[in-house]
Formats: sequence, structure tokens, C-alpha cells
Amino acid sequence: MASESIALPRAAESTPGITERLHEWVVTVDHKKIGLMYILYALVFLVIGGIEATIMRIQLIVPHNNFVSPQVFNRMMTMHGTTMIFFVAMPILFGFGNYLVPLMIGARDMAFPRLNAFSFWLMAFGGLLLYFSFIGGTGLYGAGSAPDVGWWAYAPLTSRAFSKGHSTDFWTLAVLVSGFGSIGTAVNFIATIISMRCPGMTLGKMPLLAWMNLVMAGLVLLAISPLTAAQAMLMLDRYMGAHFFDTQAGGSAAIWMHFFWIFGHPEVYVLIIPCFAFVSEIVPVFSRKPIFGYPVMVGATVAIGFVSMTVWAHHMFTIGMTSYANAFFTFSTMVVGIPTGIKIFNWIGTMWGGKILLKAPMLFCIAFIFQFLIAGLTGIMLAAAPFDWQLGNSYFVVAHFHYVIVGGILFALFGAFYYWFPKMSGRMYNEGLAKLHFWIFFIGFHLTFDLMHIPGMLGMPRRIYTYEPGRGWDIWNLLITIGVFFQIAGVLVFVGNLLWSLLKGRSAGNDPWDAWTLEWATSSPPPDYNFASVPTVRSRRPLWDLKHPEDPDWKYE
Amino acid sequence: MHDTAAAAASAEPQWVLPSRGPVAMYSLILAESSIFTIFVVAYLFYIGKSLTGPYPKDVLEVPIFATICLLSSSGTIHFAVAALRKGNTGAFGSWWFATLALGGIFLFETGREWHHLIYEQGLTISTNLFGTTYYSLVGLHGSHVTVGLILLALGMIFMLMGKVRQEHAERAEVFSLYWHFVDEVWVVVFTVVYIVGR
Repeated sequence: MASESIALPRAAESTPGITERLHEWVVTVDHKKIGLMYILYALVFLVIGGIEATIMRIQLIVPHNNFVSPQVFNRMMTMHGTTMIFFVAMPILFGFGNYLVPLMIGARDMAFPRLNAFSFWLMAFGGLLLYFSFIGGTGLYGAGSAPDVGWWAYAPLTSRAFSKGHSTDFWTLAVLVSGFGSIGTAVNFIATIISMRCPGMTLGKMPLLAWMNLVMAGLVLLAISPLTAAQAMLMLDRYMGAHFFDTQAGGSAAIWMHFFWIFGHPEVYVLIIPCFAFVSEIVPVFSRKPIFGYPVMVGATVAIGFVSMTVWAHHMFTIGMTSYANAFFTFSTMVVGIPTGIKIFNWIGTMWGGKILLKAPMLFCIAFIFQFLIAGLTGIMLAAAPFDWQLGNSYFVVAHFHYVIVGGILFALFGAFYYWFPKMSGRMYNEGLAKLHFWIFFIGFHLTFDLMHIPGMLGMPRRIYTYEPGRGWDIWNLLITIGVFFQIAGVLVFVGNLLWSLLKGRSAGNDPWDAWTLEWATSSPPPDYNFASVPTVRSRRPLWDLKHPEDPDWKYE
Repeated sequence: MHDTAAAAASAEPQWVLPSRGPVAMYSLILAESSIFTIFVVAYLFYIGKSLTGPYPKDVLEVPIFATICLLSSSGTIHFAVAALRKGNTGAFGSWWFATLALGGIFLFETGREWHHLIYEQGLTISTNLFGTTYYSLVGLHGSHVTVGLILLALGMIFMLMGKVRQEHAERAEVFSLYWHFVDEVWVVVFTVVYIVGR
């Protein structure tokens, strides 16, 4: 009664103007609103990064093309990589984590709501700083605009002598600022998951999504911080005349590569582990079975977290390390394959004998599993140092890591979008359009990235803006670029589906998938306070217990 | 069946999780450790690689007094937090002020050392690799001391305004974790810069 009398006058006066509603979003500390802002922000940058990739692919569609100049090609390459990693993949995954983790552990918000908002705005302004370089990058030198040093920014290319103007400084600052945001978010995730779980939810009863976000946050602390340190060193070099990466004063260019890849390789796991989390939540629900081997999944995730810290120099086999270092990094990289293989085994084990429903989220997850497996297999090939000497810095490598990032991360993300869209918006998406999106994108992905392995094996180096005709690369480059247009069409169907469903989709109800985790126990979209009363759980599938009081899970766990 | 239900019912009121403040601070310390590790690795990697002087063995003097001050401030802040937990705000204020003073002396001594190196020995961050790594590592630590001193001063102001009470003991403790970390890092920096690198 009391709550109704409070709610009514609000509803009566609630047609706030656009500025008022905008103001509400800007000042919000609600984890759901911040999560959605992360996701929308990342989608905008996904389109920008996609346009940059398309420009590169159009330039490479035929040999000796003049679509863009070599300088612009380098800028597009740098901006595409930096944007996609720091301002698409990380924010979108932080967004889903922000939205889902408190709901899934039965909490009313993150542990530090204001730190959460602060972290988001740091990341948002980091992105603006990066793109401001198009305007402010020339400085007084008349040098190039956007950064063109590659997303790995190898020394000594980044020194004042070779990178005049401010473009490299904008790159450094953007990455540094968004890195501080990531560290804040990671601290928040850990404090939330350790300290805010609802009564009864011991670590062993926590949803796998929360577990994997915990491991991801730990990796962010250990991996993003070295990048922050390296960026600070680079700024000291550029502004104060320090000599960290200055080879003329005895500095080392190779140590920048070490510092960068100590960040760079765990970063891959920062991105893929939340995707493992999506798949681990979606596959059981659409197989109508609990996850197979829950404790092993947790153990494998933690193992991946640890091992991923010891593999960075497999990015550096071609610079000439000692044979001991080559042997160690070959070995440690192959070891990562074991816990990853366990996960793939467990997802298939979950599907085995289950009643599989081939809805859009499940389609994307099944594609994820097999594509990620192939990406892992080419990873094992590249982990062998002698093989890497042959194919390192070729298009084979580009194909390999895009197989991970697009075939793995992006497919899992599309699955997550369709799975949680009803919860976030309160409306169902259009299943037919979603399947159309899947098939178009699936064809485009395989056309582009399966074929991309071949010019790599035929010797086409990465990072080149054009190539000679008649080396056997022409037809493959043409087909790769055609695949890109299929992917664009797929993404357009996806965005159209989301917009249409947001306005016209039928009401989804609280629990459209008959799922088992706590976010489906509250309304869609959830109220500001998430749960009217804080839930108490007794098993890993609290909603199963609620729906089947005669046969609850906690009897067996 | 009945036993488990009863056990669950009796277990419910005891649902206590670690407090979020210390958990967050330990997480932050993990991130900071990893930043310091990179700077320490750079320092160790570049020992003896400077192409020109001055070299560490010619210009560095071991800052024993400053080190004693900083390390003992870990003790004083521990006593400050212990006093506040007992509700003894007077003792808390004295120990807190002692921490602030000891930290201040450390920073002042670092400033004197830098003044000596810059104006008398001619060593700056751009002189050679030793200068680059020395000023960045010691400076990174010094900036953490500075942040700690600002927070200590803030606590002192609250104390003088009479706003610090027993229930704030946990916040003081969270800060003390940071301060202990800054001291522990100094042990590493001291070892690397003044013992290994000299």
C-alpha cells in the first residue's frame, strides 16, 4: 500500500523532458543504467571501428589500389585495433558484467556505485581523447593527424623523432585514461562478488558468469597495470627526455615489446573469459540441463587466468630470443590449451543428451564453440616457435586472432545480446530476423576469416597497404573483402532487429527462457532496487528450486 | 531433511561476507604492485647500461634516516588504528599525527636528495639510463607517499574538527593497508636502488 502511494504521484507527473531524462542518465550510479551506457557506447565505437576495417579491406580488394594513401591506411589500422580492443570489446563486456553480476548474485547494486560511474566516464572520455586526435593530432609540426604507430606501438617508432606532432600522445593518454577506468571497474567487480552475495550464495553456488567475471577482474588488475606503467614510461620518454625505449642512449626497444605483451596476451583472456561466461549460462538453459562439470569449469577458468600470465613472449618469437625462452613460451602457450579444451568438452557435455532448443542465442553459442576451437588450433600451430618463424607477421596471424575475436568473442556477444535483450528491454526480439542475422554473419565471417589464412600461408605479410599482382593473393583478397560486406549486412539486420524490437516487440515477461539464475526472478526491465526483498538461495539454480519444490537442486549438490 | 532445513535456518543469520573496503583496497594494492613490478624490472634491466655518467656508485648515498622514518610510520599508524578501534580518539590523533610527521620527513629527505643530485651532481631524468630509471622509480614511490600524506592530512583535519569517532576505525584501517603497502614497496625500492644497483 505504502509503496503504491509513493509510486502513483511519480507516475502521474512522469513525462520528464528529454533534458531531464538525459540528465538522469548522466548522473546515474545505478549499475543497470551504467551497464547499458557501456553497451551503447561500445556499439557506437563498434560501428566506427567497423568502418575503419572496411576502409582497409576496400584498399586491399585489388592489388595496387589507390582508395586511401599509405598514411591513411596506417591510421585506419592503428585506430581500428585500438578502438576495437579498448573502446568496443572491453566496455561492452564490462557493460554486460555491470548489468548482470549484481542481478545474478542477488545484490541491489555494485559495491561502489560512484566508483562505477567514475570508471565508465573515464573510459568514455578516453575514447573521445583518442578520436580528438583527428582534430588535434597535427600539433604545430604539420604532422599526421590520427595515431599511425599500430595498436602495439612498437618502439622506437613512438619516439619524438619518428612520431612528430601529438597523435601518439593522444593514443597514449587515451589508453592510459581508459586503463584507469578498467582498474576501477575491476576493483569494483571483485569487491561486489566477494562482499555483496545474497544469503546462501557461497562461492560454490555462484553462477558461472559471476565466477568468470571475478577471474576476469583479477586478470585486469594484473594485466592492465603493466600497460599503465609502460604508457607512463612512454610519456616520460616523449615529454621529459627519458630514455626507457631510446636505443641511442642504451635503451631497449625489445623491452617495450615485453611490457606491451605482458599486457597484451592476458588481455585476450580478459576479453574471452566473460564470453566463456555467456556461453556457460546460455548453453545449459537451451539444452534444458544443468552445466556439466561446474567445479571443473571454475578450476579451468582460474587455471587459464594463471597460465595466461606466463605466455606473453609467444608474440615475440620472430625478434630472436634465446632457445630457452622460445622453449618455455612454446610450452606455456600449449599448456593453455588444456583448460580451454576442458571447457569445450564441458559445453558439449552439457548439450549431450539435452533437449536442445535452436533459438538465436544457442545458435551463436554453438558457432562460438566450434569457431573458438578452430581459433585455438591455429593458436597451437603458431605457439610452436619454428612454425611461428615461418608464419609470424603474416596474414595467417591476422586470421588467427580475428578468428578468436570475431568468431569467438563477437559471436558469444551476439548470443548474449539476444539472450538478455528481453531482460534489459522488457521486450522480445524478432526470432526470424535474429536467425537471418546469424546466417548472413556466419557466411560473411567464414568467407573473410577462413580464407584469410591462405594468403598468409602464401607469404602475404600483415600491415601492408597494398601488394603486387600475380603472387596468388589476388583472388583471396577479393573474396575476403566480399565477406566483409556480408558481415556489414548481418550487423545491419542485428541493429534493425534491436531497434524494431525495442519499439514494437511483444512483451517478454520476467522469464521468457524458463531459466534458472536470479536475474530472471525480477521484472523485465528490473526496478532500480533489483529485488523487493533480498533473495536467499540454496543451490546453483535458485529458480529451478522455486519452480520445482518437489525436486529441488539442493538435495543433490 | 528436517536436520538440513534446521541447519539452514540457523545458518542464515550468520551470513557474513568480507567487508568491501579491505577487499577493494587489497585489489587496488594488487594492481599497484603490478605497476611497481614493471618499473622495478626496468630498473634492474638497465643497471650498468648507462652510456655516460654519473653512475650510481659515484652519486648515491644510502638514505638511512629517511628509511627509518618511513618504516616506523607503519608502526605508528598501526597504533593509531588500534586506538581508534578502542574509541580512544585522543591517542588516535597523536599516533596519526606522528605518522603524518614521519611521512613528511621522508618526503622532505627525498627532496633534499633530489636537490643534491640535480644541482650538485648534474643528474636529471634525461642525463642517462640511470637517471631515467632512478627518478621514475623513486618518483613513482614518492608520488604514492604524497597521496598518502594528503589523505593523512585530510584525516587530521577531520580529527581536529572532532568528526572522527570509533565507527570510523574500519576506514582508518583501509587507509592503513595502503600506507603499509607504500612502506613495503620502499623496502623493495631501497633494496633495488641502494643495494643491488649501487
